[in-house]
Amino acid sequence: MFKLKATILKDVRVLMRDRIGLIFMFGMPILLVLIVTSIQNSTFELVNKNKVTLLVCNRDSGVLAVQFLQAVDKIGFFQLVPVAGSITDDSVRDRIRHKDALLGLVIPADFSARIVARARTVTGKVQVSFGLDSTVAGSAGSGSRSGLGTAGDAGGSVGSVGRVVSADSLPVKIFYHPVLQTSFRKSAEGALYSALQLVESKQILRTLYYSLNEKELPDSLEHELLSNRTPLIELPVSRDGNRDTPNATQHNIPAWTIFAMFFVVISLGSGIVREKRNGSFIRLKTLPTSYAVAIFSKQITYLVVTLIQAGVIFAIGAWLFPVIGLPVLNFPSDWPALLLVTFLSGWCAVSYAICIGVFARTEEQANGFGAVSIVILAAVGGLMVPSFAMPGSFHLAMKISPLHWSLEAYYGLFLEGGRLKDVLANILSLFLIIAALQGLSFWGLKRKNLI
Amino acid sequence: MALMSTPALRISQLSFRYPGQDPLLDRFGLIVPAGSRFGLFGPNGAGKTTLMHLMTGLLTATSGSIELFGKVMHPGNRSVNSLFGFVPQDFAFYEDLTPVENLEFFGAWSGLGRSAIGERTNELLTILGLADVRDRKVGQFSGGMKRRVNLAIGVIHRPRLLFLDEPTVGVDVQTRAAIINYLKQLNQQGTTLIYTSHQLSEAEDLCDRVALIDQGQIVAHDTLDQLLATHRMDGLEGLFLRLTGKAYRDL
Repeated sequence: MFKLKATILKDVRVLMRDRIGLIFMFGMPILLVLIVTSIQNSTFELVNKNKVTLLVCNRDSGVLAVQFLQAVDKIGFFQLVPVAGSITDDSVRDRIRHKDALLGLVIPADFSARIVARARTVTGKVQVSFGLDSTVAGSAGSGSRSGLGTAGDAGGSVGSVGRVVSADSLPVKIFYHPVLQTSFRKSAEGALYSALQLVESKQILRTLYYSLNEKELPDSLEHELLSNRTPLIELPVSRDGNRDTPNATQHNIPAWTIFAMFFVVISLGSGIVREKRNGSFIRLKTLPTSYAVAIFSKQITYLVVTLIQAGVIFAIGAWLFPVIGLPVLNFPSDWPALLLVTFLSGWCAVSYAICIGVFARTEEQANGFGAVSIVILAAVGGLMVPSFAMPGSFHLAMKISPLHWSLEAYYGLFLEGGRLKDVLANILSLFLIIAALQGLSFWGLKRKNLI
Repeated sequence: MALMSTPALRISQLSFRYPGQDPLLDRFGLIVPAGSRFGLFGPNGAGKTTLMHLMTGLLTATSGSIELFGKVMHPGNRSVNSLFGFVPQDFAFYEDLTPVENLEFFGAWSGLGRSAIGERTNELLTILGLADVRDRKVGQFSGGMKRRVNLAIGVIHRPRLLFLDEPTVGVDVQTRAAIINYLKQLNQQGTTLIYTSHQLSEAEDLCDRVALIDQGQIVAHDTLDQLLATHRMDGLEGLFLRLTGKAYRDL
C-alpha cells in the first residue's frame, strides 16, 4: 500500500508540473465547451428568438402580394427588408452575395392576378363537381369590394392591362446565400409556403363563397374558417415528465465532458511511453516491485483527474453559463446514476489511454494516434453529429466507440430525465469496453515482460 | 557465515541471443566473490551491457542460471531484486522531481518504509553533496549532480550487491573522485561492486578483481595484481589492448 501511495504521489507531482498536459486536460475542454455551446446557443436563438433578415422585392401592385407579406411578417420568423420592386434579380443576388440578407424573396408582377386566376379555376372545378353553373365563379373575381376587395382589385388590375392570366404554379423566387445550411433554408421555405398557402386558401374561399352566395364572405366567417386552426404543441418525451425543451447546454456539457475525459490520452498515453523510453523505466524494471503498481497508480491518479474535469465542466454549466447569458445546466435528479456514469466514462477514458501507452513505441505515436482516434471515436460516437443522423453503415462503428455509450448514458440522464435503470444497458456496454481495454493492456504488459 | 562464503554472483552455463542473431553469450560462466570490487571490461560490442542487463533481470537468458547470494534469479521472482542496486549509464530518474522526491519514490519501490527513506535520503544527500539542492528539480542540475542523484537512488536501500554501468561518464575530475571514494566506502561497509567502464585508469583505482570479455567469452579473469603480473604488464590499458587487439569493434 505504501508503494502505491508513493507512486500516486509521484504521478501527481509529475502531472502538476506538466503545464502543457494540464492545459490539454482542463483548459482546452473548458474553452471548447464555452465556444461550442455559445455558437450552438446563438444558432438556437437565431432560429427561435431572433428574426432572419429577408430581402423583399415586391413587383406586384395587387393587394394579395401585400396580404402575402403581412402573413409572412406575422409568422415572426423574418425581419422584412423591402427593396424597390423595380430592381432586377441580379441586384437582389448582389445584395445577398454581399450578405445584406441571407434570404431574398422576389414577388412577380402578376402574383395577385395568378392567385385570383387559380382561385377561379379551383372554384369552377368545385362548382362543376357540385353540378352548378361555373360561370358565377368567373364573375366573382371581377366583383369589387372596398373592404375586402383584394381579389377584385387584383383581377381588375390584371384586367386593366388586358392580359390573359394563367393559373400555373406561382413563380415566387427565393434567393439564398450558400452559407445557409439546408435545414435552416428548408425551415424558411416552409414558413414562406405556409404564408402563401394562407393567401391562396383565403382567395379560393372568397371566390367560392361569392360564387355560391353572390355576396362577399363576411369577415367574421373568414376569420372563423381560416384562423381557427388546430393548435400544435411541442412536448419533449422525457422519462420524468419534465416539459422543458433541452437546450444547447444540456446537449453540449455532457458531450464535451466525455471528449475532455478521453483527451487524457495526450498526457497519460504519452507519459507511459515517455517513462518506458527514459532511464527511469530501466531502473523500475530492476526493482523488487511489479510495474503493475505503476499502472494501477496511473489509473487512480488519472481517474481522479477525469472526475475533476467532469466536476469543473458541470460547475461551469451550472454557475458560469447563466452569468454569461447561456442556458443553465439542469442536473439529473438521479445523482448516484450521474456519478456512476461519470466514474465509468472516466475509467474507460483512462483504460483507453493506458492501452495506447502500453502499445505505442514513441510519444509521437501515442499523441498522434491517441488524438486522432479520439476525434474519430467522438465523430462516430455521435458527439459531433447526432447518432440518429448517422448513415446506416456507421452504426457498427458507433457501437464500438466508448464515447457513444458514455454519451447515450449521459443523454439518458440529462435530456430524457432517466434514472439508473434507464441507462443500465449503456453502462453495461461501457463496462464491457473497459474490461476489453484492461485485458488488452494486461496482455501487452505481459507480452513485454513488464508485469 | 554461510552467506560470506557464498559468492555474490554465480553465472552458470548462460546462453543468450537477440532474436534473429547469432548467440552473443554461449555457456558463459562467472563467479564474483562477495565483498569484492569487480571490474568487467571489454571493447564495444563484447557483450558487457547485455551481461549487465542479464544480471539485473532486464533481459532473460535463453538458458543457464544466475544466482545472487545463492538465490536464483527468475523473471517471476522479484524478491531477489531487493538484494542488488543498479546504477545505469543513462540517467534513471524523473527530471521533473527533486532529488528528495525521486529518492522517496524509488526508496518505496526498493522496499523501504517511510521513516527509513527519510533517514537514508538525508544521509545520501549529505554524503553526495546534494543537501543544498534537495528541493530543486533534478532537470536543472549539472551532469555531475545528476550522476550523484543516479548513484544515490541505486544505493538507497543499502543493497548487498551494486551494479554500476559507467557511473562516472561525462563528469569532471572532482565528481569522479568523490564517486569513486564513496564506492570504496560502500565496499568497505560490505557492498559488493560489479563495475563496468571504459575508464581503465579509474578501474585500476577502484577494482580488486577484473574480467576482460570479448565476443561473449572471458579472455582474462583474476585479481588485478595477479593479472598484470601474469601478463607482465604495468597497466590495465596495455593488458586490454594486448588481449582484445587494436581493431575497431563497433563498425
